[in-house]
Amino acid sequence: MSAGMATWIVLGALGAIALWAVWVFNRLVALRNRVEAGWAQIDVQLRRRYDLIPNLVETVKGYAAHERELFEEVARARARAIEAAVVPGLDEAENEITRGLRRLLAVAEAYPDLKASEAFLALQEELTATESKIAYARQFYNDQVMRLNTLIGSFPASLIARAFGFRPREFFSIDDPARGPAPVDLSG
Amino acid sequence: MYEQIAANKRRTALLVLGAVVFLGLVGYAIGRLLEAGPLGLALALGLAAAMSLGSYYGGDRIVLASARAREVSREEEPRLHNIVEGLAIAAGVPKPRVYIVPERAPNAFATGRDPEHASIAVTQGLLETMNRVELEGVIAHEMAHIVDRDILVGTVVATLVGAAVLLSEFFLRTWWWGGVGRRRGDERGGGPVELVLFAIGLVMLILAPIVAQIIRLAVSRNREFLADAEGALLTRYPPGLASALRKIAAASGIPMRSANNATAHLWLAQPSRVEGERMGLLERLFQTHPPIEERIRRLEEM
Repeated sequence: MSAGMATWIVLGALGAIALWAVWVFNRLVALRNRVEAGWAQIDVQLRRRYDLIPNLVETVKGYAAHERELFEEVARARARAIEAAVVPGLDEAENEITRGLRRLLAVAEAYPDLKASEAFLALQEELTATESKIAYARQFYNDQVMRLNTLIGSFPASLIARAFGFRPREFFSIDDPARGPAPVDLSG
Repeated sequence: MYEQIAANKRRTALLVLGAVVFLGLVGYAIGRLLEAGPLGLALALGLAAAMSLGSYYGGDRIVLASARAREVSREEEPRLHNIVEGLAIAAGVPKPRVYIVPERAPNAFATGRDPEHASIAVTQGLLETMNRVELEGVIAHEMAHIVDRDILVGTVVATLVGAAVLLSEFFLRTWWWGGVGRRRGDERGGGPVELVLFAIGLVMLILAPIVAQIIRLAVSRNREFLADAEGALLTRYPPGLASALRKIAAASGIPMRSANNATAHLWLAQPSRVEGERMGLLERLFQTHPPIEERIRRLEEM
Protein backbone atom coordinates (compact mmCIF):
# COMPACT_ATOMS: atom_id res chain seq x y z
CA MET A 1 0.00 0.00 0.00
CA SER A 2 1.41 3.33 -1.01
CA ALA A 3 1.69 6.29 1.35
CA GLY A 4 -0.74 8.27 -0.80
CA MET A 5 -3.48 5.71 -0.46
CA ALA A 6 -3.05 5.48 3.30
CA THR A 7 -3.44 9.24 3.52
CA TRP A 8 -6.71 9.04 1.61
CA ILE A 9 -8.03 6.30 3.86
CA VAL A 10 -7.20 8.33 6.98
CA LEU A 11 -8.76 11.44 5.47
CA GLY A 12 -11.88 9.49 4.54
CA ALA A 13 -12.24 8.07 8.04
CA LEU A 14 -11.77 11.52 9.59
CA GLY A 15 -14.42 12.91 7.23
CA ALA A 16 -16.88 10.19 8.20
CA ILE A 17 -16.29 10.87 11.90
CA ALA A 18 -16.78 14.60 11.36
CA LEU A 19 -20.07 13.96 9.51
CA TRP A 20 -21.28 11.70 12.31
CA ALA A 21 -20.33 14.32 14.93
CA VAL A 22 -22.29 16.98 13.04
CA TRP A 23 -25.28 14.65 12.82
CA VAL A 24 -25.21 13.89 16.56
CA PHE A 25 -24.80 17.58 17.39
CA ASN A 26 -27.78 18.56 15.25
CA ARG A 27 -29.88 15.81 16.78
CA LEU A 28 -28.96 17.03 20.27
CA VAL A 29 -29.90 20.59 19.37
CA ALA A 30 -33.20 19.47 17.82
CA LEU A 31 -34.09 17.41 20.91
CA ARG A 32 -33.11 20.21 23.28
CA ASN A 33 -35.35 22.60 21.36
CA ARG A 34 -38.23 20.13 21.51
CA VAL A 35 -37.73 19.73 25.27
CA GLU A 36 -37.80 23.50 25.63
CA ALA A 37 -40.88 23.82 23.43
CA GLY A 38 -42.53 21.10 25.51
CA TRP A 39 -41.74 22.94 28.71
CA ALA A 40 -43.07 26.21 27.28
CA GLN A 41 -46.30 24.42 26.36
CA ILE A 42 -46.70 23.07 29.91
CA ASP A 43 -46.14 26.59 31.18
CA VAL A 44 -48.82 28.02 28.87
CA GLN A 45 -51.38 25.45 30.00
CA LEU A 46 -50.55 25.82 33.73
CA ARG A 47 -51.00 29.58 33.40
CA ARG A 48 -54.29 29.02 31.66
CA ARG A 49 -55.41 26.98 34.65
CA TYR A 50 -54.28 29.64 37.13
CA ASP A 51 -56.43 32.11 35.19
CA LEU A 52 -59.45 29.84 35.30
CA ILE A 53 -59.36 29.19 39.06
CA PRO A 54 -60.60 32.62 40.29
CA ASN A 55 -63.46 32.47 37.77
CA LEU A 56 -64.48 29.02 38.90
CA VAL A 57 -64.28 29.95 42.58
CA GLU A 58 -66.43 33.05 41.96
CA THR A 59 -69.05 31.03 40.11
CA VAL A 60 -69.26 28.33 42.78
CA LYS A 61 -69.31 31.00 45.54
CA GLY A 62 -72.51 32.41 44.09
CA TYR A 63 -74.30 29.16 44.91
CA ALA A 64 -72.32 27.69 47.81
CA ALA A 65 -70.93 30.61 49.80
CA HIS A 66 -70.40 28.55 52.97
CA GLU A 67 -67.62 26.41 51.46
CA ARG A 68 -65.21 29.24 52.29
CA GLU A 69 -62.51 26.95 53.63
CA LEU A 70 -62.26 25.08 50.37
CA PHE A 71 -62.06 28.32 48.36
CA GLU A 72 -59.21 29.57 50.49
CA GLU A 73 -57.38 26.28 50.21
CA VAL A 74 -57.57 26.36 46.40
CA ALA A 75 -56.46 29.99 46.33
CA ARG A 76 -53.46 29.18 48.56
CA ALA A 77 -52.42 26.24 46.37
CA ARG A 78 -52.66 28.48 43.33
CA ALA A 79 -50.47 31.16 44.92
CA ARG A 80 -47.88 28.56 45.91
CA ALA A 81 -47.78 27.09 42.41
CA ILE A 82 -47.31 30.48 40.79
CA GLU A 83 -44.43 31.15 43.16
CA ALA A 84 -42.67 27.84 42.58
CA ALA A 85 -41.86 28.13 38.89
CA VAL A 86 -39.26 25.35 38.80
CA VAL A 87 -39.66 21.61 38.58
CA PRO A 88 -38.93 20.27 42.10
CA GLY A 89 -41.45 22.45 43.97
CA LEU A 90 -43.84 22.89 41.09
CA ASP A 91 -45.18 19.37 40.65
CA GLU A 92 -46.10 19.17 44.37
CA ALA A 93 -47.99 22.49 44.20
CA GLU A 94 -49.68 21.44 40.96
CA ASN A 95 -50.89 18.20 42.48
CA GLU A 96 -52.37 20.19 45.33
CA ILE A 97 -54.26 22.41 42.88
CA THR A 98 -55.57 19.37 41.07
CA ARG A 99 -56.87 17.87 44.32
CA GLY A 100 -58.47 21.16 45.33
CA LEU A 101 -60.17 21.57 41.95
CA ARG A 102 -61.55 18.05 42.09
CA ARG A 103 -63.12 18.77 45.46
CA LEU A 104 -64.48 22.06 44.14
CA LEU A 105 -66.17 20.27 41.25
CA ALA A 106 -67.42 17.57 43.61
CA VAL A 107 -69.04 20.28 45.76
CA ALA A 108 -70.75 21.64 42.68
CA GLU A 109 -72.41 18.24 42.21
CA ALA A 110 -74.59 18.98 45.23
CA TYR A 111 -76.07 22.16 43.69
CA PRO A 112 -78.30 21.39 40.69
CA ASP A 113 -78.79 25.10 39.84
CA LEU A 114 -75.05 25.63 39.74
CA LYS A 115 -74.43 22.49 37.75
CA ALA A 116 -76.96 23.55 35.14
CA SER A 117 -75.77 27.14 34.82
CA GLU A 118 -74.19 28.01 31.52
CA ALA A 119 -71.23 29.83 33.07
CA PHE A 120 -70.39 26.79 35.17
CA LEU A 121 -70.69 24.38 32.24
CA ALA A 122 -68.39 26.53 30.10
CA LEU A 123 -65.87 26.78 32.93
CA GLN A 124 -66.05 23.08 33.55
CA GLU A 125 -65.34 22.37 29.87
CA GLU A 126 -62.38 24.76 29.89
CA LEU A 127 -61.03 23.26 33.10
CA THR A 128 -61.42 19.69 31.90
CA ALA A 129 -59.73 20.60 28.61
CA THR A 130 -56.91 22.45 30.34
CA GLU A 131 -56.30 19.53 32.70
CA SER A 132 -55.99 17.16 29.78
CA LYS A 133 -53.82 19.62 27.84
CA ILE A 134 -51.50 19.83 30.84
CA ALA A 135 -51.36 16.05 30.89
CA TYR A 136 -50.68 15.89 27.15
CA ALA A 137 -48.03 18.61 27.36
CA ARG A 138 -46.38 16.72 30.22
CA GLN A 139 -46.50 13.50 28.22
CA PHE A 140 -44.83 15.20 25.23
CA TYR A 141 -42.25 16.91 27.46
CA ASN A 142 -41.32 13.71 29.30
CA ASP A 143 -41.12 11.86 26.00
CA GLN A 144 -38.66 14.36 24.59
CA VAL A 145 -36.67 14.46 27.86
CA MET A 146 -36.35 10.69 27.71
CA ARG A 147 -35.06 10.85 24.13
CA LEU A 148 -32.59 13.60 24.95
CA ASN A 149 -31.35 11.84 28.08
CA THR A 150 -30.99 8.55 26.23
CA LEU A 151 -28.91 10.17 23.52
CA ILE A 152 -26.78 12.06 26.01
CA GLY A 153 -26.26 8.93 28.07
CA SER A 154 -25.38 6.53 25.28
CA PHE A 155 -21.87 6.00 24.00
CA PRO A 156 -20.34 7.37 21.76
CA ALA A 157 -22.84 10.23 21.37
CA SER A 158 -22.14 11.05 25.02
CA LEU A 159 -18.68 12.30 23.97
CA ILE A 160 -20.21 14.96 21.72
CA ALA A 161 -22.84 15.81 24.34
CA ARG A 162 -20.18 16.32 27.01
CA ALA A 163 -17.96 18.36 24.71
CA PHE A 164 -20.77 20.83 23.98
CA GLY A 165 -22.28 20.91 27.46
CA PHE A 166 -25.61 19.13 26.85
CA ARG A 167 -27.05 18.03 30.20
CA PRO A 168 -29.81 15.51 30.98
CA ARG A 169 -33.12 17.14 31.92
CA GLU A 170 -35.48 16.34 34.75
CA PHE A 171 -38.82 14.58 34.22
CA PHE A 172 -42.07 16.23 35.21
CA SER A 173 -44.02 13.68 37.27
CA ILE A 174 -47.63 13.47 38.43
CA ASP A 175 -49.69 11.83 41.16
CA ASP A 176 -51.80 9.39 39.23
CA PRO A 177 -49.65 7.28 36.92
CA ALA A 178 -52.58 5.77 35.04
CA ARG A 179 -53.91 8.85 33.29
CA GLY A 180 -56.88 7.41 31.53
CA PRO A 181 -59.60 9.82 30.51
CA ALA A 182 -59.40 13.46 31.55
CA PRO A 183 -59.29 13.62 35.37
CA VAL A 184 -62.22 15.95 36.08
CA ASP A 185 -64.53 14.67 33.36
CA LEU A 186 -68.00 14.80 34.84
CA SER A 187 -69.86 15.55 31.65
CA GLY A 188 -69.66 11.97 30.35
CA MET B 1 -42.41 6.57 12.31
CA TYR B 2 -39.71 8.33 10.28
CA GLU B 3 -39.65 5.40 7.82
CA GLN B 4 -43.42 5.76 7.59
CA ILE B 5 -43.11 9.44 6.66
CA ALA B 6 -40.40 8.76 4.08
CA ALA B 7 -42.41 5.89 2.57
CA ASN B 8 -45.49 8.10 2.27
CA LYS B 9 -43.55 10.83 0.51
CA ARG B 10 -42.09 8.25 -1.88
CA ARG B 11 -45.53 6.83 -2.55
CA THR B 12 -46.93 10.26 -3.32
CA ALA B 13 -44.12 11.00 -5.78
CA LEU B 14 -44.76 7.65 -7.51
CA LEU B 15 -48.48 8.33 -7.74
CA VAL B 16 -47.94 11.75 -9.27
CA LEU B 17 -45.40 10.34 -11.69
CA GLY B 18 -47.84 7.58 -12.65
CA ALA B 19 -50.60 10.11 -13.28
CA VAL B 20 -48.32 12.26 -15.42
CA VAL B 21 -47.15 9.29 -17.51
CA PHE B 22 -50.70 7.98 -17.93
CA LEU B 23 -52.15 11.33 -18.98
CA GLY B 24 -49.15 11.94 -21.24
CA LEU B 25 -49.78 8.64 -23.05
CA VAL B 26 -53.48 9.37 -23.44
CA GLY B 27 -52.71 12.86 -24.73
CA TYR B 28 -50.15 11.50 -27.16
CA ALA B 29 -52.65 8.91 -28.46
CA ILE B 30 -55.34 11.55 -28.97
CA GLY B 31 -52.84 13.80 -30.69
CA ARG B 32 -51.90 10.97 -33.07
CA LEU B 33 -55.52 10.08 -33.81
CA LEU B 34 -56.50 13.68 -34.50
CA GLU B 35 -53.28 14.24 -36.43
CA ALA B 36 -52.48 17.18 -34.21
CA GLY B 37 -48.97 15.89 -33.60
CA PRO B 38 -47.25 16.72 -30.31
CA LEU B 39 -49.95 19.22 -29.37
CA GLY B 40 -51.98 16.50 -27.62
CA LEU B 41 -48.99 15.36 -25.63
CA ALA B 42 -48.13 18.92 -24.62
CA LEU B 43 -51.69 19.65 -23.56
CA ALA B 44 -51.96 16.41 -21.59
CA LEU B 45 -48.66 17.00 -19.82
CA GLY B 46 -49.77 20.54 -18.99
CA LEU B 47 -53.03 19.15 -17.60
CA ALA B 48 -51.17 16.49 -15.62
CA ALA B 49 -48.83 19.08 -14.14
CA ALA B 50 -51.75 21.33 -13.22
CA MET B 51 -53.60 18.40 -11.64
CA SER B 52 -50.58 17.31 -9.63
CA LEU B 53 -49.82 20.79 -8.35
CA GLY B 54 -53.50 21.35 -7.67
CA SER B 55 -53.81 18.13 -5.70
CA TYR B 56 -50.68 18.90 -3.68
CA TYR B 57 -51.48 22.50 -2.79
CA GLY B 58 -55.27 22.54 -3.00
CA GLY B 59 -56.19 18.89 -2.47
CA ASP B 60 -57.32 19.46 1.10
CA ARG B 61 -59.71 22.22 0.01
CA ILE B 62 -61.13 20.05 -2.77
CA VAL B 63 -61.63 17.10 -0.44
CA LEU B 64 -63.23 19.28 2.25
CA ALA B 65 -65.52 20.93 -0.30
CA SER B 66 -66.59 17.59 -1.76
CA ALA B 67 -67.57 16.45 1.74
CA ARG B 68 -69.41 19.80 2.18
CA ALA B 69 -67.36 20.38 5.33
CA ARG B 70 -67.70 23.72 7.13
CA GLU B 71 -64.97 25.24 9.29
CA VAL B 72 -66.13 25.81 12.86
CA SER B 73 -64.84 28.35 15.37
CA ARG B 74 -63.77 27.69 18.95
CA GLU B 75 -66.89 29.51 20.20
CA GLU B 76 -69.19 27.21 18.24
CA GLU B 77 -67.54 23.94 19.28
CA PRO B 78 -65.35 24.50 22.35
CA ARG B 79 -65.18 20.80 23.24
CA LEU B 80 -64.06 19.67 19.78
CA HIS B 81 -61.50 22.48 19.54
CA ASN B 82 -60.13 21.67 22.98
CA ILE B 83 -59.72 17.99 22.14
CA VAL B 84 -57.99 18.73 18.83
CA GLU B 85 -55.66 21.19 20.53
CA GLY B 86 -54.85 18.75 23.34
CA LEU B 87 -53.90 15.97 20.95
CA ALA B 88 -51.88 18.34 18.78
CA ILE B 89 -49.90 19.16 21.94
CA ALA B 90 -49.47 15.45 22.67
CA ALA B 91 -48.21 14.80 19.13
CA GLY B 92 -46.04 17.93 19.08
CA VAL B 93 -47.61 19.36 15.89
CA PRO B 94 -49.42 22.67 15.24
CA LYS B 95 -53.16 22.61 15.85
CA PRO B 96 -55.02 21.56 12.65
CA ARG B 97 -58.07 23.42 11.37
CA VAL B 98 -61.40 22.01 12.52
CA TYR B 99 -64.34 21.21 10.21
CA ILE B 100 -67.79 19.72 10.59
CA VAL B 101 -69.51 17.61 7.93
CA PRO B 102 -73.34 17.74 8.02
CA GLU B 103 -73.95 13.97 8.12
CA ARG B 104 -75.83 11.81 10.60
CA ALA B 105 -73.44 8.85 10.34
CA PRO B 106 -70.60 9.11 12.88
CA ASN B 107 -67.28 9.37 11.03
CA ALA B 108 -64.19 11.57 10.64
CA PHE B 109 -61.22 12.22 8.36
CA ALA B 110 -58.04 14.26 8.15
CA THR B 111 -56.55 15.92 5.10
CA GLY B 112 -53.73 18.28 4.10
CA ARG B 113 -50.18 17.96 2.85
CA ASP B 114 -48.16 18.17 6.10
CA PRO B 115 -48.74 18.88 9.81
CA GLU B 116 -48.41 22.62 9.14
CA HIS B 117 -51.27 22.48 6.61
CA ALA B 118 -53.66 19.95 8.09
CA SER B 119 -57.39 19.82 8.73
CA ILE B 120 -59.56 17.45 10.74
CA ALA B 121 -63.23 17.03 9.82
CA VAL B 122 -65.82 15.20 11.90
CA THR B 123 -69.46 14.55 11.11
CA GLN B 124 -72.32 16.07 13.07
CA GLY B 125 -73.31 12.51 13.96
CA LEU B 126 -69.92 11.86 15.56
CA LEU B 127 -70.24 14.94 17.78
CA GLU B 128 -73.70 13.90 18.85
CA THR B 129 -73.01 10.25 19.64
CA MET B 130 -69.53 10.28 21.19
CA ASN B 131 -68.51 11.26 24.71
CA ARG B 132 -65.25 13.06 25.41
CA VAL B 133 -63.07 9.97 25.80
CA GLU B 134 -64.37 8.45 22.56
CA LEU B 135 -63.91 11.74 20.69
CA GLU B 136 -60.33 11.87 21.98
CA GLY B 137 -59.76 8.38 20.61
CA VAL B 138 -61.08 9.34 17.18
CA ILE B 139 -59.14 12.61 16.99
CA ALA B 140 -55.96 10.83 18.15
CA HIS B 141 -56.35 8.36 15.27
CA GLU B 142 -56.64 11.27 12.82
CA MET B 143 -53.69 13.03 14.47
CA ALA B 144 -51.59 9.90 13.86
CA HIS B 145 -52.51 10.06 10.15
CA ILE B 146 -51.35 13.69 10.14
CA VAL B 147 -48.03 12.96 11.86
CA ASP B 148 -47.30 10.00 9.55
CA ARG B 149 -48.16 12.03 6.39
CA ASP B 150 -50.86 9.50 5.50
CA ILE B 151 -52.93 12.59 4.77
CA LEU B 152 -50.59 13.56 1.91
CA VAL B 153 -50.99 10.26 0.05
CA GLY B 154 -54.68 10.05 0.85
CA THR B 155 -55.41 13.57 -0.36
CA VAL B 156 -53.39 13.27 -3.57
CA VAL B 157 -55.06 9.93 -4.35
CA ALA B 158 -58.50 11.39 -3.66
CA THR B 159 -58.02 14.38 -5.96
CA LEU B 160 -56.33 12.45 -8.79
CA VAL B 161 -58.96 9.72 -8.74
CA GLY B 162 -61.68 12.34 -8.42
CA ALA B 163 -60.31 14.12 -11.47
CA ALA B 164 -60.17 10.85 -13.43
CA VAL B 165 -63.80 10.10 -12.56
CA LEU B 166 -64.85 13.61 -13.59
CA LEU B 167 -62.94 13.40 -16.88
CA SER B 168 -64.40 10.01 -17.78
CA GLU B 169 -67.91 11.28 -17.11
CA PHE B 170 -67.19 14.37 -19.16
CA PHE B 171 -65.96 12.34 -22.13
CA LEU B 172 -68.81 9.84 -21.97
CA ARG B 173 -71.42 12.58 -21.75
CA THR B 174 -69.93 14.58 -24.58
CA TRP B 175 -70.04 11.49 -26.72
CA TRP B 176 -73.57 10.64 -25.60
CA TRP B 177 -75.03 14.04 -26.36
CA GLY B 178 -73.07 14.23 -29.60
CA GLY B 179 -74.50 10.81 -30.43
CA VAL B 180 -78.07 11.89 -29.75
CA GLY B 181 -77.62 14.86 -32.04
CA ARG B 182 -76.44 12.53 -34.78
CA ARG B 183 -79.40 10.25 -34.45
CA ARG B 184 -81.65 13.21 -35.01
CA GLY B 185 -80.30 13.45 -38.52
CA ASP B 186 -77.41 15.82 -37.94
CA GLU B 187 -74.90 14.71 -40.55
CA ARG B 188 -71.73 16.10 -38.98
CA GLY B 189 -71.55 13.35 -36.29
CA GLY B 190 -69.51 10.18 -36.33
CA GLY B 191 -66.22 11.99 -36.89
CA PRO B 192 -62.93 10.95 -35.34
CA VAL B 193 -63.36 13.39 -32.47
CA GLU B 194 -66.45 11.71 -31.11
CA LEU B 195 -64.99 8.28 -31.60
CA VAL B 196 -61.95 9.28 -29.61
CA LEU B 197 -64.06 10.83 -26.85
CA PHE B 198 -66.10 7.67 -26.62
CA ALA B 199 -62.98 5.53 -26.54
CA ILE B 200 -61.45 7.55 -23.69
CA GLY B 201 -64.64 7.45 -21.69
CA LEU B 202 -64.91 3.72 -22.18
CA VAL B 203 -61.29 3.10 -21.31
CA MET B 204 -61.67 5.11 -18.12
CA LEU B 205 -64.78 3.17 -17.23
CA ILE B 206 -62.88 -0.08 -17.67
CA LEU B 207 -60.02 1.42 -15.67
CA ALA B 208 -62.20 1.99 -12.60
CA PRO B 209 -61.41 -1.41 -11.01
CA ILE B 210 -57.74 -0.90 -11.75
CA VAL B 211 -57.87 2.54 -10.17
CA ALA B 212 -59.52 0.97 -7.14
CA GLN B 213 -56.65 -1.49 -6.95
CA ILE B 214 -54.18 1.38 -7.09
CA ILE B 215 -55.92 3.09 -4.19
CA ARG B 216 -55.72 -0.12 -2.20
CA LEU B 217 -52.02 -0.40 -2.89
CA ALA B 218 -51.37 3.24 -2.05
CA VAL B 219 -53.37 3.33 1.15
CA SER B 220 -52.90 -0.11 2.60
CA ARG B 221 -55.23 -1.43 5.26
CA ASN B 222 -52.29 -1.77 7.58
CA ARG B 223 -52.02 1.94 8.10
CA GLU B 224 -55.47 2.00 9.70
CA PHE B 225 -54.22 -0.47 12.30
CA LEU B 226 -51.08 1.62 12.62
CA ALA B 227 -53.01 4.85 13.16
CA ASP B 228 -55.23 3.07 15.70
CA ALA B 229 -52.12 1.99 17.61
CA GLU B 230 -50.38 5.36 17.38
CA GLY B 231 -53.56 7.14 18.38
CA ALA B 232 -53.82 4.90 21.42
CA LEU B 233 -50.23 5.81 22.21
CA LEU B 234 -51.19 9.49 22.19
CA THR B 235 -54.21 9.15 24.48
CA ARG B 236 -52.63 6.27 26.47
CA TYR B 237 -56.16 4.87 26.51
CA PRO B 238 -57.04 2.30 23.79
CA PRO B 239 -60.59 1.62 25.10
CA GLY B 240 -61.60 5.17 24.05
CA LEU B 241 -61.18 4.51 20.34
CA ALA B 242 -62.46 0.93 20.71
CA SER B 243 -65.69 2.22 22.20
CA ALA B 244 -65.99 4.84 19.45
CA LEU B 245 -65.52 2.20 16.75
CA ARG B 246 -68.18 0.04 18.40
CA LYS B 247 -70.63 2.96 18.19
CA ILE B 248 -69.67 3.56 14.57
CA ALA B 249 -70.22 -0.12 13.75
CA ALA B 250 -73.63 0.04 15.41
CA ALA B 251 -74.55 3.04 13.24
CA SER B 252 -73.29 1.53 9.97
CA GLY B 253 -76.82 1.44 8.55
CA ILE B 254 -76.94 5.24 8.26
CA PRO B 255 -75.93 6.27 4.73
CA MET B 256 -73.44 9.06 4.00
CA ARG B 257 -74.52 11.14 1.05
CA SER B 258 -71.31 13.14 0.73
CA ALA B 259 -68.98 10.11 0.61
CA ASN B 260 -67.76 8.80 -2.72
CA ASN B 261 -65.34 6.24 -4.08
CA ALA B 262 -62.58 8.81 -4.53
CA THR B 263 -62.57 9.85 -0.87
CA ALA B 264 -63.78 6.67 0.88
CA HIS B 265 -60.25 5.72 1.96
CA LEU B 266 -59.81 8.96 3.91
CA TRP B 267 -62.58 8.31 6.41
CA LEU B 268 -62.09 6.74 9.82
CA ALA B 269 -64.50 3.95 8.95
CA GLN B 270 -65.65 2.79 5.52
CA PRO B 271 -68.52 5.12 4.49
CA SER B 272 -71.45 3.90 2.42
CA ARG B 273 -74.05 5.76 0.40
CA VAL B 274 -76.41 2.80 0.55
CA GLU B 275 -78.94 2.58 3.33
CA GLY B 276 -78.69 -0.51 5.53
CA GLU B 277 -75.84 -2.89 6.24
CA ARG B 278 -74.97 -3.71 2.65
CA MET B 279 -72.77 -1.66 0.35
CA GLY B 280 -73.12 -0.76 -3.31
CA LEU B 281 -71.33 -2.90 -5.90
CA LEU B 282 -68.76 -0.26 -6.76
CA GLU B 283 -68.40 0.65 -3.10
CA ARG B 284 -67.42 -2.89 -2.27
CA LEU B 285 -64.82 -2.73 -5.03
CA PHE B 286 -63.36 0.39 -3.45
CA GLN B 287 -63.35 -1.05 0.07
CA THR B 288 -60.14 0.17 1.68
CA HIS B 289 -60.67 -0.41 5.39
CA PRO B 290 -60.00 -3.49 7.48
CA PRO B 291 -63.11 -4.93 9.16
CA ILE B 292 -64.08 -2.74 12.10
CA GLU B 293 -64.45 -5.76 14.42
CA GLU B 294 -60.81 -6.66 13.82
CA ARG B 295 -59.73 -3.11 14.70
CA ILE B 296 -61.75 -3.19 17.91
CA ARG B 297 -60.27 -6.57 18.83
CA ARG B 298 -56.70 -5.30 18.37
CA LEU B 299 -57.40 -2.20 20.45
CA GLU B 300 -58.81 -4.33 23.22
CA GLU B 301 -55.68 -6.46 23.26
CA MET B 302 -53.35 -3.46 23.77
